[in-house]
Amino acid sequence: MKLIQVDPRLVHPSVMHTLVENSVKTAITRPVALFGSVRSLAAFAIIASDGAMTQEPTAKETRPSEPLTAPELVTFVSKIAEQRCKTSFQALFGYFAPRLKAYLMRLGSDADQAEELVQEAMIMVWRKAASFDASQAAVSTWIFTIARNKRIDAIRREKRPEIDLEDPALVPQSESLADDIIEEQQDARRLKAAISRLSSEQATLIKMAYFGDKAHGAIAEETGLPLGTVKSRLRLALGHLRKELKEGAP
Amino acid sequence: MTSPSIHGRDGSNDTLPTNHVTDELLAAYAAGNLSEAQSLLVATHSALCPECRAAIAEFEAVGASFLEEIAPESMRAGSLDSVLARLDQEEMPANNVVQHPSSYSAPDRQIGEVLLPQPLRGYVGSDLRDVTWRPVIRGLEEAELKVSGPEFNVRLIKVAAGAAMPQHSHQGEELTLVLTGAYQDGSGRFARGDVQIADGDVDHQPTAEPDEACVCLIITDAPIKLTGRLGRLLNPFIRY
Repeated sequence: MKLIQVDPRLVHPSVMHTLVENSVKTAITRPVALFGSVRSLAAFAIIASDGAMTQEPTAKETRPSEPLTAPELVTFVSKIAEQRCKTSFQALFGYFAPRLKAYLMRLGSDADQAEELVQEAMIMVWRKAASFDASQAAVSTWIFTIARNKRIDAIRREKRPEIDLEDPALVPQSESLADDIIEEQQDARRLKAAISRLSSEQATLIKMAYFGDKAHGAIAEETGLPLGTVKSRLRLALGHLRKELKEGAP
Repeated sequence: MTSPSIHGRDGSNDTLPTNHVTDELLAAYAAGNLSEAQSLLVATHSALCPECRAAIAEFEAVGASFLEEIAPESMRAGSLDSVLARLDQEEMPANNVVQHPSSYSAPDRQIGEVLLPQPLRGYVGSDLRDVTWRPVIRGLEEAELKVSGPEFNVRLIKVAAGAAMPQHSHQGEELTLVLTGAYQDGSGRFARGDVQIADGDVDHQPTAEPDEACVCLIITDAPIKLTGRLGRLLNPFIRY
């Protein structure tokens, strides 16, 4: 679906209403398309704030749906850390909460549980903002790991052995390697490029590895391949991805 | 896998592991899909292995990148408001001072003591000398660790300096992580931080090097199988 971008200043309010309503209708009948167009919808929603969007109560919370840039994200987190800035928190919530919810549901949580875990994770973002270290990871990666850990703690109820970067027993990396790694992590485009260079089978296998414990079995069933074959193909895919990441390094 | 230049460092006598955990284990750890037992081994190895820590960070970034393309699920109406209300009840974090590594309350280190990596300290304490060992056979002691999940047996083993283990193979998969000392088998040498992954195709007789006892973390999903002439007779008695 392609939404026609209209400069709201040039459009009569009644026309804008029709535009907004049509977009909402289309979006509702084609939920996948909604993903790509929420930002434009939200722009309309702000203009048409006299009630046209009130049938869509969650629109406010899913507003910034285009990827926020890495520096934007870092600014939000540091504003939360330094000024307890709720506007920044809302921006992070609006972007990440619906995605984390979808991710947790893909991993088998029902909607209620996913909702609760996401809320817990986002509160953790608020609480731990001061400990976020932009030199260690991108904001999206940091939030991903917070949600991942919440899920392990809540669902598996087991200890979660964790690498502690302040551990005196930690064997440090050489400085040149450290620099490479930071650059690698911060370059989301390079990561995406590396993933896009994988074959679609390999990309699917890797995605499956993130989206559930049962994925191997499920892929085996779907493709009719033996479990061992699925596992060895996944191994190749992951090795290939790491190689792509290394080769794409600046 | 690793270029030698990465290992050539000065100012520290920490050696870097040359035998790593697999990419599948690293990715599954990053995705949060690994059992507690496997997580313990992966996290402990990675504390000693910057290369695998970097790989985990990469795989975490890969997971985060999938969030970007996932079709979002709307949060319930009012979800944001209720979270915002909860934030108001949050006190300012008491501990928002950045903790520097030097202020970290590390256990005092004594001469000859080997500091265990943090993930393992949660299970056995900070000092290997506090472990209660149970003798198994001459030259071999072990201590079982309590880890949730029935599918793995997790234990520390201590092989006396110079002692050889009975020749054996494996019915399932065995992951061995060296914590102190070193051992050798037909396939090579394994020292602090190194991981050996052995299955039914590996039939070996690990032997600790002569100058120091070798302590390892081992996780197995099935008993080993003794393959030596005498050992075969003992198979029915092996726990795992």
